[in-house]
Amino acid sequence: MELFDVVFYVFAFITVVSAFIVVFSRNIIYAAFSLLFTFFGVAGLYVLLNADFLAVTQILIYVGGILVLLLFGVMLTSNVINVDIKTGTIQTVPALVLVAIVAGSLSGLFYSTWKDVSAPETSVVTTTPALGKMLMTTYLLPFEIASVVLLVALIGATFIARRST
Amino acid sequence: MSIPLHYYLGLSAVLFAIGVAGVLTRRNAIVVFMCIELMLNSVNLTLIAFASFMGDISGHVLVFFVMAVAAAEATVGLAIVIALFRNRQTVNIDEINILKW
Repeated sequence: MELFDVVFYVFAFITVVSAFIVVFSRNIIYAAFSLLFTFFGVAGLYVLLNADFLAVTQILIYVGGILVLLLFGVMLTSNVINVDIKTGTIQTVPALVLVAIVAGSLSGLFYSTWKDVSAPETSVVTTTPALGKMLMTTYLLPFEIASVVLLVALIGATFIARRST
Repeated sequence: MSIPLHYYLGLSAVLFAIGVAGVLTRRNAIVVFMCIELMLNSVNLTLIAFASFMGDISGHVLVFFVMAVAAAEATVGLAIVIALFRNRQTVNIDEINILKW
């Protein structure tokens, strides 16, 4: 087993275990902080897949932006001392059946379709210049639309969350 | 790159299933948000795995846009949750039924 394989298994283990803690932890603060480790694990997997720019973007946007926002949401909407988030036990069995169907069909589809794909022999180069060129040429219109979407989301969130006077 | 493609795909399928389980079973709106982020992350992992193994960088651009939309979604969703909490004093999605008749 090479070092690459070991690193992959370590990141996969971190990701899956912390995702389990996010879903099954009774304490919402623990869930939020284990989401941090999930994001870091996924960012590590991005590095293993030669997506260096997106790994850094993942940490910047998800950990720096979304996770801080979620923590603010937790602290604004719940009494931190008396955390009471119950899992709806009524829907557990149908939910587990549905999850089993989703996981089984996805895994079966992936395994049967993409089983024999071998890794390409590529030299490791940085993806950032190529990504920047694509964003400014081929994907310029979606890039501009994304900026408009972010602006609208910003204004809309401020409008919704303000105290109505 | 000795890990084959279907390992990455299986990992993202597991991550997606965990996110689905959270959305279906948890009753706190913010935990539901976290689980939606988990599912988005698993889809991003799938896209990057395909992009890396096919040698095509267009998947990275798509992941970039997914991240932008995820940021917008989290912002607006948390604003809605905070506005609901101000009116109803709860974030339990079983008790938030003001859109029902």
